[in-house]
Amino acid sequence: MIRVENLVKYYGKHPAVDDISFNVEKGEIVGFLGPNAAGKTTTMRILTGFLMPTSGDVWVAGYNMMKHSLEARQHVGYLPEAIPLYTDMTVRSYLDFFARLRGLDRRRTKARIEEVVDICHLEEYVDALIGRLSRGFRQRVGVAQAIIHKPEVLVLDEPTAGIDPIQVATTRELIKELGKECTVIISSHILPEVSMTCERVIIIDRGRIVAEDRIENLASMIRGSRRFRLEVEGPSAEIAERLRQTDGVERVSREDSRYIVECSVEQDPRGKIMETLVQGGWTLLSLESMEMSLEDIFLELTTEEGE
Amino acid sequence: MRNTATIAFKEFKSYLASPMGYIITGIFLVLTGFVFSISPATYFETSIRGFVEASSMLLLLLASVLTMRLFAEERKMGTAELLLTAPVRDSEVVVGKFLGSLGILVVMLVLTFYYPILLMWFGDPDMGPIATGYLGLFLLGCASLAVGLFASSLTSNQIVAAVVAGGILFALWSVGWAADLLPEGLGGVIGYLSLSYYFSDFTRGVIDTRAIVYYLSVMVLFLFLTTRSLENSRWS
Repeated sequence: MIRVENLVKYYGKHPAVDDISFNVEKGEIVGFLGPNAAGKTTTMRILTGFLMPTSGDVWVAGYNMMKHSLEARQHVGYLPEAIPLYTDMTVRSYLDFFARLRGLDRRRTKARIEEVVDICHLEEYVDALIGRLSRGFRQRVGVAQAIIHKPEVLVLDEPTAGIDPIQVATTRELIKELGKECTVIISSHILPEVSMTCERVIIIDRGRIVAEDRIENLASMIRGSRRFRLEVEGPSAEIAERLRQTDGVERVSREDSRYIVECSVEQDPRGKIMETLVQGGWTLLSLESMEMSLEDIFLELTTEEGE
Repeated sequence: MRNTATIAFKEFKSYLASPMGYIITGIFLVLTGFVFSISPATYFETSIRGFVEASSMLLLLLASVLTMRLFAEERKMGTAELLLTAPVRDSEVVVGKFLGSLGILVVMLVLTFYYPILLMWFGDPDMGPIATGYLGLFLLGCASLAVGLFASSLTSNQIVAAVVAGGILFALWSVGWAADLLPEGLGGVIGYLSLSYYFSDFTRGVIDTRAIVYYLSVMVLFLFLTTRSLENSRWS
């Protein structure tokens, strides 16, 4: 559905995107993950035809974006990072404008506005001026705009940036829902964001793809282990020693009364750890799973590259 | 074609939704109304010549202000990203926006129709120069709006857009004054390039096809340059 080949984009002498290639199959939800200034937005802008690449090729819905830009753009829905809106228009007239521009006739436009307003829960605000809406609602209007013409490909650039947690949750649900009908590509710099909605992740750093895999493989590929942080009351040296001997535990490190326990991904040793502690008669104060942060992943990936 | 109309209507409506359209129209009506009301005392004739001549330079200013937001605001707000990723040709966007602003100009001119109506009520004016006067203002308006649109496509700052547009328009207008001081050949060529050179014909009731071709050429040239400017922004 999306094919990108050897894409390069220079801003002056500085390469923003440096030779990246990837495919997105029909119906996939793919996350495009990277820190700020990694080239995510530039890639999104090229995918949607807003920018032309310095070199390389892009196909969207079977059309070459450079040669048949209008046909390709016809099949793309786009929500840019800044959620740009005409603040002097009402939600209805805004949606009407973009529906008409994307080739819907008057009757179909009217019907689709009703549908997307329903999907994005904007019923109460259809006739409100966009300038009066809060950030969360503006973001919904942006999504409504992107799907008004039932695009085959949906490009969302940082769709949950700057909105409150409850709305983030509803947006994720919405994206999953939309993913059933179209191919979605989401950019983000937040790992949980992508891991909750996407099936596959492409990680990009300084204009290059550093990793690309299904979400569950990625974590294990990066570090063949998972980590827990324990807080235990009792003699620390002895506890650390006993933890090390527990089945499935690979490494234990200590900081005051806290222990970081590493183990392989395949098994969950938490039950065994509990048993060990109970046998020793020590009190477990807390046990938490340590999520790997995006920074960790980047550190991991970039140092691996260097070695 | 349909896309052009969609964009033109949207722009026209957005002028009506913001104070800018009303302020510009108001200023135009007040100033030209004043000139119109004192011109019979200046020219001793029942004509709208005073209004047409005064409007011509005022039009350059108003066109700069009217068009300044058309692309600059889209760039600033980021909406350009949606407009230019819609399946619409760049030229359709440019012509649509141009027609939207032209719509406001036409409304402004139509609102001044009561000047000639007053003249007909109280006297017996020669309708020829009145018609050509309006034709001249319309053509000058087309050229000026196209220049303004081009300036707006160059920047994301509306003030910069207005100043650049005003600068280009004033330069194109005043270069005609220099023509008289230059030697015959050179002066003639420069005169032909000037926005003001052909305008006086219209106030006298003369329709010169060269004048019509000239203003329409300026309009087409700058609409073309605007389209290129948009295309260029995709490659930068």
